[in-house]
Amino acid sequence: MPASPVLPLIEVAPSPHVAEADSSTRRMMIDVLIALLPVLGIAVVVFRWFAVVQVGVCVLACLATEMVCCRARAKPLSLADGSVAVTGVILGLSLPWAAPWYIGVLASVMAVGLGKAVFGGLGYNIFNPAMVGRAFVMLSFARELGAAGYVVLESSLEVLTEPTPLMAAEEVTRAMGVEGLWPLFVGHLNGSPGETSAVALLLGGLYLCFRRSAAWAIPAGMILSGYVCAEVFYAAGLTMFPPLYHMFTGSFFFGAFFIATDPVTSPVIRRGQLAFGAGIGVLTMLIRVFSGYPEGVMFAVLLMNAAVPLLNRWTIPRPMGGPVAAP
Amino acid sequence: MSICAPAARRTFARGVHPRECKGLAENSQIEAIASPPKVRIPLLQHLGATCLATVKPRQEVEPGDVVGEATAPVAAPVHASVRGKVERATMVTLPNGRHVPAVPIAVADRQPLEGDALLEDVYGGDYPFTGLSRYLPEAIRDAARAAGLVGLGGAAFPTHIKLAPPERTPIDTLLVNGCECEPYLTADDQLMQFAPRPILAGALLAQRATGAGRVVVGVEANKPRAIRSLRRAAEGTEVEVAVLKPKYPQGGEKQLIAALLQRAVPTGKLPLDVGVVVLNVGTAAALARAVVRGRPLAHRVVTVSGGGIRRPANLLVPLGSSVRHLIEHCGGLRDDAARVVAGGPMMGFTLGTLDTPVTKGTSGITVLSQREVRHAAETACVRCGRCVEVCPMRLVPTKLGLAARAGNAELARRHHVAACIECGCCAYVCPAQLPLVQLIRLGKVLARS
Repeated sequence: MPASPVLPLIEVAPSPHVAEADSSTRRMMIDVLIALLPVLGIAVVVFRWFAVVQVGVCVLACLATEMVCCRARAKPLSLADGSVAVTGVILGLSLPWAAPWYIGVLASVMAVGLGKAVFGGLGYNIFNPAMVGRAFVMLSFARELGAAGYVVLESSLEVLTEPTPLMAAEEVTRAMGVEGLWPLFVGHLNGSPGETSAVALLLGGLYLCFRRSAAWAIPAGMILSGYVCAEVFYAAGLTMFPPLYHMFTGSFFFGAFFIATDPVTSPVIRRGQLAFGAGIGVLTMLIRVFSGYPEGVMFAVLLMNAAVPLLNRWTIPRPMGGPVAAP
Repeated sequence: MSICAPAARRTFARGVHPRECKGLAENSQIEAIASPPKVRIPLLQHLGATCLATVKPRQEVEPGDVVGEATAPVAAPVHASVRGKVERATMVTLPNGRHVPAVPIAVADRQPLEGDALLEDVYGGDYPFTGLSRYLPEAIRDAARAAGLVGLGGAAFPTHIKLAPPERTPIDTLLVNGCECEPYLTADDQLMQFAPRPILAGALLAQRATGAGRVVVGVEANKPRAIRSLRRAAEGTEVEVAVLKPKYPQGGEKQLIAALLQRAVPTGKLPLDVGVVVLNVGTAAALARAVVRGRPLAHRVVTVSGGGIRRPANLLVPLGSSVRHLIEHCGGLRDDAARVVAGGPMMGFTLGTLDTPVTKGTSGITVLSQREVRHAAETACVRCGRCVEVCPMRLVPTKLGLAARAGNAELARRHHVAACIECGCCAYVCPAQLPLVQLIRLGKVLARS
């Protein structure tokens, strides 16, 4: 007996009618959080509650700011896509572990409010939100976020009394001598919670690229160009750190895999992504070697973010079969 | 996929590989469906100008009688698919939403051929591979035109035009398209298994008409039985059977040409501009029937499949039958049927009514269940660039979508909107679930204005 073909309501919609399983904005953001797990783990091992508090404060403050911004813009609340949580975690991992709580809160408010909401929310911001927040507090609280912010001599945790590997005061470093590379790679040296362990960053970063939740061309371009630059500067005697040291210190890998790869603020075309990464690598090294700042990833990312529309325009691919013939 | 699938690496660049879902109808042999009580033959079943009706109400027609004649160069006549009595002219809505005039025919109780006899008449018997030289190229083209042949892969471009390449563009290769890369569809797969001889005879005839030196049948590796059947039938002929790595949209002619010949069809041009003519396997078989037996295109094989249909099948259908008739033949819709799609799920059109007639371009009816249909909510574009990675035409779909939304014709043109083939790979992978194909169609209109 044929069933009545009239009854079930049939929908009309444009093709394609099927979608890749498990492909959603939310899933991409969850991938970033999964990829950050090893980094978070190491951070907690090295910095204990300092890391937990810093990341926790930032995540909560970011979520709260998003709620306020959505209310103010009369937009439906969209915490479920996970993008705000990602901003919070990355921000928390990039701030000095010792920075007081209000710095984390202020950075979060700036990141989500000024970095994202004013542009129109997810997908419309030009600059990496976490880096906007971090730049704001870095310029406003130079002391707390400068090299001194990482060293607390009276701390009970021994690691926290050591200077960070990239401290600007060269005499400090000179007196210590250049560290071996192994401790940097494994990551029990002082620094921001997210940047201590190159191996954890590499692990998470490769997962992200494998899942295609990050464009591999960005870290590839950044690491390659950063390395070449560091090699040149080292050979020219402009920096006392060998190239690998530059790679494994500070937020270079953190920036390469987790900050520069923010899809919203990076190019959409492969060649553009390579150029974007390469630009960040070069700028980072220039800032590290020639400026007063020991670290350059943040400014390098923000500067290259501004160049993204141009990169997208310069790299429009030639369609298969060539451009449309002029009529 | 079968373990005996030949290891094939040949394919085009980029694209996607959606879940094939061909298992539903893969093993259903082609069966001739019983005639419906009424057919409605649209007077436009091809790309080009609408035909003029040549029959009057109450006139008796036999299968194969012309009911609409082509009055423009780019058009193909339409024929009665059944014996019956013509009724008053009416309008029908095609799957693409176009309203066209149609000739309704009340189907007579007794048909000259039905069931297996019809199937045997269409695809059985001898289709010779030798002695084809007695058919002159001109005669082959005329037979194709008279039979109302159009591309059966979906685009429905009149075949006689493809077979008459201008002198300035010599044809060196004839490609026969057996890719059937759309998920769910298995009509071509079954046809290649069941009727390799008409396909190959049609390919050889098309080779004669176009003067092509080489004939290649391209089949994806996920159809091992079709490959074996074609290879066995092709023994002793010059037809090559090439195996391709399954990927969507390999059945798009530009992609097939890239995969097999590494040639790029210039944007806005046709395959013949790079010396190639592409025919779908079904078209090739219909060409053989038109030339060797003088019979018109009045039936076609249609896959009815999907999670929303009770009994998936591959059917030989009289053109003009309603989709409702096919669905009833297949046991009706399941309770969770969500969309009825003419064609496959990647490029097919949803039907608003089941009264839509089957036309020459209808390769399948895919009934998707709630579970199979895309449902996730749309978010803002996060500019991840996945659409760029998969676009087989090397475009930047996200920018095209943006241009359409913003009404920016200049941006759409700068990103070569006219080169889009609307295959849907971009929207298929989009994590933000943007309706990119819909937006790009809008962008094309915008860019032309």
